Amino acid sequence: MFVDVAIVLAKVVLTLTWTLLLALFLTWVERKESAVLQDRIGANRASFLGLRLFGLFQPFADAIKMLFKEDFAPAFSQRFLHWLAPTLSFFFVAVTMVAVPFGDSVRLFGRDIPLQVVDLNAALLFVLAMLSLGIYGILVGGWASANRFALIGSLRGAAQLISYEVALGLSLVGLVMVFPSLRLSQLVDYQGGLLFGFLPKWGVFLQPLGFAVFFLAGMAETKRVPFDMPEGESEIIGFYTEYGGLKFGLFMFTDFLEVIVLSALATTLFFGGWQVPWLGAGGFVFPWGGGLDLAPWAVTLLRVLSFNLKVLFFCWLQILTRWTYPRFRYDQVMDLGWKVLVPLGAANILVTGLVLAAR
Amino acid sequence: MRGLPTVLREIARGAGITARHFFVNMTFHTLRLFGVKTKRRGAVTIQYPEERKALAARHRSLHRLRPREDGAPACVACMLCVTVCPSECLRVEAAEVDDPEVQKVPARFVVDLNRCCFCGFCVEACPVDAIRMDTGEIRLASPTRAGLEVRLDRT
Repeated sequence: MFVDVAIVLAKVVLTLTWTLLLALFLTWVERKESAVLQDRIGANRASFLGLRLFGLFQPFADAIKMLFKEDFAPAFSQRFLHWLAPTLSFFFVAVTMVAVPFGDSVRLFGRDIPLQVVDLNAALLFVLAMLSLGIYGILVGGWASANRFALIGSLRGAAQLISYEVALGLSLVGLVMVFPSLRLSQLVDYQGGLLFGFLPKWGVFLQPLGFAVFFLAGMAETKRVPFDMPEGESEIIGFYTEYGGLKFGLFMFTDFLEVIVLSALATTLFFGGWQVPWLGAGGFVFPWGGGLDLAPWAVTLLRVLSFNLKVLFFCWLQILTRWTYPRFRYDQVMDLGWKVLVPLGAANILVTGLVLAAR
Repeated sequence: MRGLPTVLREIARGAGITARHFFVNMTFHTLRLFGVKTKRRGAVTIQYPEERKALAARHRSLHRLRPREDGAPACVACMLCVTVCPSECLRVEAAEVDDPEVQKVPARFVVDLNRCCFCGFCVEACPVDAIRMDTGEIRLASPTRAGLEVRLDRT
């Protein structure tokens, strides 16, 4: 009993550390990647003991800067809610990571330890619910600031997130029809098979339209450019107008965390999670014959690595998107959500149903 | 919906352009990191204090007084530069000397960079080609106003 609790605690700590570190360095990746694709160099001046390391210390410098700023709240703000908003925002995003499987399982001291904090039986619904609850951070923040621009931003955010929540949910229905489970670990297990004998049975190959809708709606959920209606840096500053210092830092951190969560979800649901193509429990079995036997630890390592690489790829893709496309206008965001993504998601369900029935 | 194929094509093209820049630049960054000399660089950035771009030949930077053969400034304190200066930033105090060829030299020659607009009229006006703006010194910041009043007769 005690050991079980200790294992869960260790997994929580490890997951949180991994996610937070990734989010921390994602701020650096964002700056560097945007710089590289604009032919610039990017932040490279932060040094520690004369060591620059391509500016890898920049996130820490930023954190220290934010830590020493004034913890400001406007005179008419509601102090408690003003403080609560970034916390809510952060919590609901961070908590989704507990349901994501990082790998299959490791055998340690005669125990099978699945590399997942909790294997919820309705994990998919849990994740969607937590992502929806993230709206409260925005709404409460905008309301508590007692600032009209912040309120406009938070209302826009609420409208946008609720709209895209619909498309996000619809895009996943098709996936659940193909892989009949809401358990993320089982969803990943289903994706370990092969299609036509050679193609890995990943969600994206069975549900290409579902993935497109999911990823677009998910990017709208992260509320970054091109979907940055709640923030609207170039027009209204948005729901964190009245935030500064570490509280603003927490909001910004949540943004990067959302990018990671979306990447992790896209990986888990549509790109086989920790599955490596043609890698079974005993090693590789290639469809063109032959294979490669691997020790269990090597298999586990490859699988965890595969998950992380996929997550990093999607983070890269989202940053690329953010630095490629101009922002949408508010009505364009709504059009895309309600007139394109929702019908496409519904059509996807219909087509999936027809194909499943005809089979 | 009619423009949808165009929109999708343009979206893909945009991502293609940025991704191409990313991968091409990353290739050159990586090559240079491992010491491979390449003609092209991964970025167009010039990292200012360490790297300098060559100034144009006619660039107007901090003033200097051209010296005579004996090392003293070539200036004859004729005040033409002070007269022509639109910002009134030059202050010259004349002093007499025995040499009949020269007659006057500056006892003090101060350019007030708080006021100077780097128009170069003083250089144009000088009859003996004594003042020039070709030192290439462009880091002309100072924490005090007095620090920007530069004496040119003493270097």
